[in-house]
Amino acid sequence: MSTGLELKDVSISFGGLKAVTDLNFSIFPGELLGLIGPNGAGKTTVFNLITGVYTPTSGRISFNGDSVSSRKPEGITRMGIARTFQNIRLFSSLSVLDNVRAAMVMHLKHGILHSLTRGPAFLKEEGSVEDEAMALLDIFGLKDACHANAKSLNYGDQRRLEIVRALATRPKLLLLDEPAAGMNPSEKDDLMKLIRFIKERYNLAVLLVEHDMKVVMGICERIAVLEYGRKIAEGTPKEIQSHPKVIEAYLGAAAVVD
Amino acid sequence: MDQFLQQLLNGLFQGSIYALIALGYTMVYGVLRFINFAHGDVFMLGAFTALGLHKLMGPTLALLPWPVSLLIVLLVSMTLCAALGIIIERLAYRPLRDRPRLNVLITAIGVSLFIEYSAQLLFGATQRPFPDLIPRTAIANAGGLTISVAQVIVLVTTLALLAGLRIVVMKTRMGLAMRALSLNPTASTLMGVNNSVVISFTFGLGSALAAAGGILYASLYPSIEPFMGIQPGLKAFVAAVLGGIGNIPGAALGGLIIGVTETLVKGYGQELGIPSGYSEGVAFVLLILILVFKPSGILGRVEREKV
Amino acid sequence: MKRYTTQIVLLVVVLLSLGISVLSGKFDAYYMDIALNVGINIILAVSLNLVNGHTGQFSLGHAAFMAVGAYGASIFTLEMSARLMPLLGGPGSFATGVAFLLALLVGGLCAAVCGWLVGMPSLRLRGDYLAIVTLGFNEIVRVILQNTSGDGVFGGPLGLKGIPPLTTFFWVFAIAAICVYVVGSMVSSTYGRGFPAVRDDEIAAGSMGINTVRYKVTAFVVGSFFAGLSGGLYAHLRTTISPEGFNFLKSFDVVVIVILGGMGSTAGVIIAAIVLTVLNEFLRDFEQYRMLVFSILLIVMMIVRPQGLLPSFPILNRKKSA
Repeated sequence: MSTGLELKDVSISFGGLKAVTDLNFSIFPGELLGLIGPNGAGKTTVFNLITGVYTPTSGRISFNGDSVSSRKPEGITRMGIARTFQNIRLFSSLSVLDNVRAAMVMHLKHGILHSLTRGPAFLKEEGSVEDEAMALLDIFGLKDACHANAKSLNYGDQRRLEIVRALATRPKLLLLDEPAAGMNPSEKDDLMKLIRFIKERYNLAVLLVEHDMKVVMGICERIAVLEYGRKIAEGTPKEIQSHPKVIEAYLGAAAVVD
Repeated sequence: MDQFLQQLLNGLFQGSIYALIALGYTMVYGVLRFINFAHGDVFMLGAFTALGLHKLMGPTLALLPWPVSLLIVLLVSMTLCAALGIIIERLAYRPLRDRPRLNVLITAIGVSLFIEYSAQLLFGATQRPFPDLIPRTAIANAGGLTISVAQVIVLVTTLALLAGLRIVVMKTRMGLAMRALSLNPTASTLMGVNNSVVISFTFGLGSALAAAGGILYASLYPSIEPFMGIQPGLKAFVAAVLGGIGNIPGAALGGLIIGVTETLVKGYGQELGIPSGYSEGVAFVLLILILVFKPSGILGRVEREKV
Repeated sequence: MKRYTTQIVLLVVVLLSLGISVLSGKFDAYYMDIALNVGINIILAVSLNLVNGHTGQFSLGHAAFMAVGAYGASIFTLEMSARLMPLLGGPGSFATGVAFLLALLVGGLCAAVCGWLVGMPSLRLRGDYLAIVTLGFNEIVRVILQNTSGDGVFGGPLGLKGIPPLTTFFWVFAIAAICVYVVGSMVSSTYGRGFPAVRDDEIAAGSMGINTVRYKVTAFVVGSFFAGLSGGLYAHLRTTISPEGFNFLKSFDVVVIVILGGMGSTAGVIIAAIVLTVLNEFLRDFEQYRMLVFSILLIVMMIVRPQGLLPSFPILNRKKSA
């Protein structure tokens, strides 16, 4: 039975500086976990650890029982973990559609040789890839922009395309790194609905890093709080909002209430 | 045994010139993170400037004792080439400061070809004899080793320039700014460093060292032509990578290693069944080996891209 | 019918080149020679474009792979083809053709193997190191060839002479068409979207499940294979080859074509290959100015128009949408 993602005593240090210390948490299948903390608390580092960009100095990360730590990023994505990037990293010379197609490469049955012979099976798969990509783009309202260059999109659309691209890898766990950054309140509301929608539709577990407390409190089922690379609290949104250590970390409750 | 020592010494002389050129590569890489392909051509221009100076004021220089005239030629050529390096950076590289590194690399190749073919147009493609700025007398050593005055001067000048560079980088404000820029360009601007000035200075300094390298090289192998900078330039770059690019002592170390290995292959390769002509390829084999086994170089640090 | 458009175009070009080849006696030999040079440069540039343009891995050693192919194919022809003739049904144009094809493939495969050997370790490194490693490999190949014995199979510094002139218009343009077809089909397929993904952002590509090293190595090996084929064609066109002919200035020539044509644009690169080869031919008397002009062009281009001289044709790069 799948057990989701589990971090056990994970630490990483960069040249003596401990960025993450003895971190423990898990995400169960289908769960939406929020990860919050002040700037520099190590949230993005946690993402990079889970996705194999960094290798933990000690500790163990496993996904559905298999160790993640020794794999390369592409191997981890193949296990069913996909991510978005806080500092948007779209394929800037490609169209919106091609950004999504590029993320579907690992599920292809056909390789180079088939692209040369261009047989019926190959063409059929090319068609189904495009259909799948368009369906995903449609969910996020990007279908009409599918032939536009990815970097010509506005900021909010680029963030949405990041999510579509991650979804195209058909993940079981989706890591969202500040997906609402730079969006206006109504866009944020839409984004919250969309995240809930894709979570149900694709039966995803989601790990959400976000600074906007309204978003976090609004959709997360459980929240873990990081400060200086350590977990200082974990619980339901209600528990977190009244947790003294969290209030202290954020220097007053004002930021939490909004 | 004597012969071995002799080869080792020859390698050391050769390597110290590679080291001089490698310093320029490593400094520019340190501040701008790109390979200045045209660096080897500044080395060539250094030798040609010296030749021109010698033609222009030969009679005057002849009146002075040779160390003085050598010093004059060195300083003037180094200054001219420093100015040239600064101009190259201004015109070709500065407009590309925020562009992808690949574009800058291509521009550098363009600049390199431009200098080579302009030089060919100006000076002709033929080999030219280089004047004896340093007397070609040999100092016979008791151990049966032969060392020429030129070789000693090459080594001494290289060491002096290395020491000078070390002082500039470690003890002056400009050196501090260079190190700051190399660690984090944005932060160094915020701390009041004028990055453009520091980059110009780095190019000037690197080009001056390359010019000195060119003159010393031409003093050891007194025949110069417009494409003479390509091979030593490439090998010096390899030296910089070998030592750990961006690392000044590393560049010097890398230069010496390549010089010595090359000379040893030339001297002893035959006995192992390696044709002496293979010495030309030694640097590149070393390059591939170091990149496979320790890409950060002997003294270099691993760089991490921020995600 | 529409789904086979690309294959039909390929077939038409191959048949057309066969036709021209048959009639080649009717054309002026000088212009024919220029046309063959154009074709060889198209193969070189389109294959280098797969590596430098589409995949963003800057190789400066394309001439080395061309050299490996040229030597491989020539040695095969000189040493083996006489022995093969009886097996292929005796001397005759068919047997000669098959033997030549085998020679070209041997050259191409040798180059591809070299590409794999150089690519495996160095493609794990950051971009600008690759430029130097490939440049270094170019030098290593030249040095090794130059230091072979003068009366051995490699011919030493003087190289090989007396290679039979088997290269015809058909061979050059059929292979050029195949090269364009292979690179184009590879890159435009969904599988091939991995190449530009690796170029644009390697970290993001890895995070999307793309095996970045495999893509880079694939591009490098396929690029080297076609460079090897072009080397074989070149050798059997010129009938003499020497190590000096494949020095890194030759590699720069190809790089210039790719950059002026626009990295990643197959159409642009083909046009650049045609224009620059023809231009080179007519500027032969001004050889010393030629490189000067190219170098200035390179610098100005990078500052003013890094995407190449041609406007981009999205139609040529994108598969028609449903």
